[in-house]
Amino acid sequence: MIRHLVLAAALAAVAAVPLLGRDYYATLMLPFFAYSVALLGLNLLFGTTGLLSFGHALFLAVGGYAAAYLGSTLQVRSLEAMLAVAVVAAVVIAVPVGWLCVRYVKIYFGMLTLAFGMLFYSFLYKFYGLTGGDEGMPVARPSLLGRGFGDLDKTSYLIGPYYYYSLALCVVAAVVMWRIVHSPLGLSLRAIRENADKAEYVGVRVRRYRFYAFVIAAVFGAAGGVLLVVPTGLASPTLAYWTHSGNLVFMLLLGGFGHFFGPLLGAFVFIFLQDQVMSVTEYWRFVFGAVLAAVVIFLPRGLMGVLARQERA
Amino acid sequence: MTQVLNLLLGGVFHAAALFLVAAGLQLVFGVQKILNLACGSFYALGAYAGITAVQTALAAGVPAPLFLLVLIGAGLTLGLLGPPIERLLRTIYDRDEAFQLLLTFALVLMLEDVIRFVWGAAPYQLGGVYLVYGQVRLGTVTIPVYNFVVIGAGLAIAAAMGVLLTRTRFGGIVRAAAENRGMAEALGVDMARISTRVFTLGLVLGTVGGALVIPAGAAVNEMGIELIVEAFAVVVIGGLGSMRGAFVGALIVGVLKAVAIAVYPEAEMLAIYVIVIGVLLFRPAGLFARATA
Repeated sequence: MIRHLVLAAALAAVAAVPLLGRDYYATLMLPFFAYSVALLGLNLLFGTTGLLSFGHALFLAVGGYAAAYLGSTLQVRSLEAMLAVAVVAAVVIAVPVGWLCVRYVKIYFGMLTLAFGMLFYSFLYKFYGLTGGDEGMPVARPSLLGRGFGDLDKTSYLIGPYYYYSLALCVVAAVVMWRIVHSPLGLSLRAIRENADKAEYVGVRVRRYRFYAFVIAAVFGAAGGVLLVVPTGLASPTLAYWTHSGNLVFMLLLGGFGHFFGPLLGAFVFIFLQDQVMSVTEYWRFVFGAVLAAVVIFLPRGLMGVLARQERA
Repeated sequence: MTQVLNLLLGGVFHAAALFLVAAGLQLVFGVQKILNLACGSFYALGAYAGITAVQTALAAGVPAPLFLLVLIGAGLTLGLLGPPIERLLRTIYDRDEAFQLLLTFALVLMLEDVIRFVWGAAPYQLGGVYLVYGQVRLGTVTIPVYNFVVIGAGLAIAAAMGVLLTRTRFGGIVRAAAENRGMAEALGVDMARISTRVFTLGLVLGTVGGALVIPAGAAVNEMGIELIVEAFAVVVIGGLGSMRGAFVGALIVGVLKAVAIAVYPEAEMLAIYVIVIGVLLFRPAGLFARATA
């Protein structure tokens, strides 16, 4: 009951942000929605299934470039079409990559995903004619549900219709992920995390279920990638760079990967903390490194581990 | 013909640096079972510190030909950072590898900004000493003698590491600890001390590697996070924990990269990752599967 109230209050607060008149903070919420969607997926892989990917940024890049390619090259302006293409592209890439990666666990899984992420990065970076190379590809302002909002300037568009669109998508993603985590599939994935041998023994097809988790995570990552590039207007190769993957895992750990809402909290704190620290010092990486080290050593269950009763997602 | 030779030498030159960083990675992985993402940052640190040390030494009147010793000295001095960093990592030895990886990622973030703070964001170069030892002409190409010095130094360090690990008491203990940490401890090995030493040795391999190659190029802020991915490729190809694997893997990656740049520049990094993925598919434990270090 209390949890529902907290959730409703949080949702109402997030929905009210654009009304406060502090446009800057409203625009900061946009990457929060994007990362939330992506991290919900990544946490299915890490928090629920126990596989640590250090290359998940690959799928954010897939989403980002799908949106850019559709909007700039094919002149398709519908965000729904971008999301659909991004999801299809993510599945097309995640099926072979996931098939290979889930044959490994632990550190080898991490290294292999990192290798694939960097493979994609070097493809984006080097094949200038196709991807724009290091300059990336511009992302045109998409229409939402068929409406172009041509009368709004960029900021009004972003903190108006686009804000609520992102929020809605984030809520849908959370609901879908909640259903997945609490389905028999989610239960099997948790069993795999706790003891893969035992899970196999009682009839869970470990490798296949890990593969499902990988593909689902990829789809969420690509959807998050689309949401991420629209506000910045640019899809660049650094989206796929391994440090971006590292930051994703950082956000998960910061929020607490053992809790369903941990990733959302992690994304929120990461983005606003980054904004604050960057306004004080250009050496924000040092501060973030120190924060990460402190969280790893002292708060292995993340901020959610402090705020909420332990409940494994 | 000489073009090919030039190409190969360029590859081997890069391989020497890669080997040193990868060897540090292997050593620490062997004993502490931690995949240290910060190895690349140690390399970058060595490069920056090497430049400053040589510039200071030259300004103080040290004759130019001695700069090699100054570089190595700078790399070794950075070894002082080993014990405190190892002490930090010690807090998570018994945790899940996800935490260990993330703690080293935290080190990467911090060290990158330490470098930016001390040396600034602009590329930093050590001019004037690269050609001090002269050049050799091979047909149509000239190759700085210093390149051979670095390759020689890489080989010498590889040989020294081999002797250290297989012929000395310390090496025996390190291998025992890599094999079975608990048993080594039960037999009276002071694991805390061994861990500190091994980690420091791994760090020094990286910093010396960075210091040695820097006369040939420029130090940039991102050099650490770029090199670590290549070093990863090296250890995956060679096999995690294997010194011989690091040696062969570094040669493969170094030469492959040089060839790719010459033949089809777009494939520079692609080629490396294709090999990595191929090795993981067909020999998942790497070419030298049996851990020797």
